[in-house]
Amino acid sequence: MGSPVKTDKNPPPPAGGAAAAVKDGGAAAGAAGLLLQAARRNMRQYGMIIALVLIAALFQIWSGGILLKPQNVTNLIGQNSYILILAIGMMVVIIAGHIDLSVGSLAAFVSAAAAVMIIHHHVPWPLALVACLLIGAIAGAWQGYFIAYVGIPSFIVTLAGMLLFRGGTQIFLEGQSISPFPRGFQKIGNGFLPEVGPHTNYHNLTLLIGLVVIAIAVVQEIRDRRQQLAYDLDVLPRNFFLLKLLAIVACCVAFTMTLASYHGVPIVLLILAGLLIVFGFVMRNAVIGRHVYALGGNQAAAKLSGVKDKRVVFLVFVNMGVLAALAGLVYAARLNAGVPQAGINFELEAIAAAFIGGASATGGVGTVLGAIIGGLVLGVLNNGMSLVGIGTDYQQVIKGLVLLAAVGFDVWNKRKVGS
Amino acid sequence: MAGPVLEMRSITKTFPGVKALSDVTLTVAEGEVHAICGENGAGKSTLMKVLSGVYPHGSYEGEILFRGETCEFRDIRASEQRGIVIIHQELALVPYLSIAENIFLGNEHSTRGVISWNETLRHAGSLLKRVGLTDQPSTRVADIGVGKQQLVEIAKALSKEVKLLILDEPTAALNDEDSRKLLDLILEFKEHGISCIIISHKLNEIARVADSITILRDGRTIETLDMKATDEDGGSTVTEERIIRGMVGRDLDHRFPEREPEIGEVAFAVEDWTVHHPIDQQRKVVDGVSLNVRRGEIVGIAGLMGAGRTELAMSVFGRSYGRGISGRVYLDGKEIRTRTVPEAVGHGIAYVTEDRKHYGLNLIDDISRNISLSALSKVAKRGVVNQHEEARVAESFRSTMNIKTPTVFETTGKLSGGNQQKVVLSKWIFAGPEVLILDEPTRGIDVGAKYEIYTVINDLAAQGKAVVFISSELPELLGMCDRIYTMSAGRLTGEIPRESATQEVLMRHMTMDRGN
Repeated sequence: MGSPVKTDKNPPPPAGGAAAAVKDGGAAAGAAGLLLQAARRNMRQYGMIIALVLIAALFQIWSGGILLKPQNVTNLIGQNSYILILAIGMMVVIIAGHIDLSVGSLAAFVSAAAAVMIIHHHVPWPLALVACLLIGAIAGAWQGYFIAYVGIPSFIVTLAGMLLFRGGTQIFLEGQSISPFPRGFQKIGNGFLPEVGPHTNYHNLTLLIGLVVIAIAVVQEIRDRRQQLAYDLDVLPRNFFLLKLLAIVACCVAFTMTLASYHGVPIVLLILAGLLIVFGFVMRNAVIGRHVYALGGNQAAAKLSGVKDKRVVFLVFVNMGVLAALAGLVYAARLNAGVPQAGINFELEAIAAAFIGGASATGGVGTVLGAIIGGLVLGVLNNGMSLVGIGTDYQQVIKGLVLLAAVGFDVWNKRKVGS
Repeated sequence: MAGPVLEMRSITKTFPGVKALSDVTLTVAEGEVHAICGENGAGKSTLMKVLSGVYPHGSYEGEILFRGETCEFRDIRASEQRGIVIIHQELALVPYLSIAENIFLGNEHSTRGVISWNETLRHAGSLLKRVGLTDQPSTRVADIGVGKQQLVEIAKALSKEVKLLILDEPTAALNDEDSRKLLDLILEFKEHGISCIIISHKLNEIARVADSITILRDGRTIETLDMKATDEDGGSTVTEERIIRGMVGRDLDHRFPEREPEIGEVAFAVEDWTVHHPIDQQRKVVDGVSLNVRRGEIVGIAGLMGAGRTELAMSVFGRSYGRGISGRVYLDGKEIRTRTVPEAVGHGIAYVTEDRKHYGLNLIDDISRNISLSALSKVAKRGVVNQHEEARVAESFRSTMNIKTPTVFETTGKLSGGNQQKVVLSKWIFAGPEVLILDEPTRGIDVGAKYEIYTVINDLAAQGKAVVFISSELPELLGMCDRIYTMSAGRLTGEIPRESATQEVLMRHMTMDRGN
């Protein structure tokens, strides 16, 4: 591409700009090759990021600029927080080669338990919160036991769980809604970080957090690059690296300013960020994360390599249970009530998010960041379509097509690379 | 008997990189039982797949004449319509359907898509009578034994108006009684004018039923022997010895790296090891096997398909195969527990599988992560993997093992067989074992890569590790091993030191029926 020999054979480039580009074609081609290699390896994820940006741009224009208004962005985060929490856990489950259909019902069950404990029995809410997470862990352990140790397929165990926990919710609440929660508990779902410092037009603490995040991100990127160089691995060329840093900083600044010009950082965003960092790290860098990928990729080979397959699967489901409980708590807090029909179809949204975000139906593939991106694609679609007045009937049709297109593109892309 | 029912002329079949069959000729006379013999990988199954249309016309060179007509089969259906039916070693029955349904699967008695059950059951009943089965045609196939299942397969073949029946290792999974019945049935079919091709490792069975034998070796026809030829005493000139000589008599054209063995104390021993089949729990797959390996020694295990070599290895390695396992495992004279894979790995045992695609590698993951998987703790601190260190380890294996790949982040599924095998070996060498069990480590890889892998194995032995080397290629065992055990039908049938081992000796022990 763009080598001098080739330009000789072809008609000369029409514009001066193109000629200049050809000039340092050697270095650029190497860098482009590297980029292309990276892009191909993470095709699905890059594709989805681009799709997310395009969808957001489309609705930003279509809705006359409402989509990315600070208030709406804050809203978007809150609306989708519980699906995103579920999507993180679901991604891990799907990577391990399983599925969990019970998370919506379990989230409902936990939100009902929270309502009964806090509102009926006046249990202090922090204590109830811990108890609820524990309920999630126990429910996950229950399902994990049947899947990992008894050997019943996860589809069936969690289908049973879906009925079980839904029924449990209705028994618990006796078909009634329970509200309201105390202010402290509500904040989990719709609270913000407090205002501090002098009065500016922006939320000060948010600006500060934004700065810290930018600093950490930049330092981390530079350290990574240094280490890779020290280990003699391929790295992006200097110019591209600077461009990447600039892009990261620009994104962080834009996001920070958007949030800071409304109420600031939602508490639930902090929870999500924490989960993303922890699970991203565990799945990429921890031994147990590796074992999850290995199991999903080839269970027999993983087992013969000494991976404790049953224990890993069990823990994956315990983890899913805890995250489902957390999602249920956030949902209840945001709604300010425990309701019997909470969490309906949550499992389907979470599964769709994982698949849009790059999971493979046979397991072994996917990233936590992918799950978040997939969840956001769905979230922005939901929100954007509502803003421009598309009915929920058409919304479902469109979401269905998006899921099919995303996975179809992946299958098609893999076949092309494979052949 | 009349002229040939089948003539296969100059059949050549090439797979990418391998010539599986070259210029093979096979002639089967009308109404005879014709045996095909050869080592594993000699091309027997490939030849039968060419004949039955599994490899369609055009994918091979040469000519097939069946009952005087040229045949160009596009698929199995086309060959079945002419009356050529193959029964594979792994039975192709649907376990949860009835015997009758299985017999007519794909060939149902129906009018306009609606099955006529009465006709199906009646016809199935008469077919079962012909093969000597008394079970009801409505019995589920899962509920009858392997021997009877084999007979159902034959009934299925009869339903297709079979003229030429091909049996691939029909008695491999059967006990003596069932085997005898099956062979009788073949002889009975012969009376009714059905020709038969039988592939078998059991030479005593072949001697009993076959009229003639074609021997294949390395994808070529070596010779066709007439079993009815007699010497002046009236005995057959074709003895088992004679067949064995035909099967193994090849030049040693593989090269092996030089090695000066330095053999130490016994490092690894298995005593009285017995394993039952995971489903058919009455059947002993490994029966009372005892063996040992010294430090710095390479010990071979020879055996034909179904001898129980892999089953022995996998059951010792964390009970990864079989049920009802009994016996003891010793490491450096002390008895150890190897009930789970982590326990076995913890004691320094490594098992390199014969089936790297299914049991050895995560094909969708990259090279570095495959290499580190069985010993992640070596590149991790407090449960966190140091990816840079991991990549460095992979990089060092890439250069020492000569894995041909652009980077260690390449997906293993894209590598060639030889390079995949090097990744599996790297993985287990990285785990730092004392005992390595290598199961067919050079299967399906080219000669150059084989030499490299032999060198690696010799290096491991030179480092004082104990190596168990399972292989179907006798020259490879003779070229690499200090001592060779032979197995047949789950039992050890011999322990042969390097000095006295020849292919003929090994083959004689490998074809012994049930020990001595």
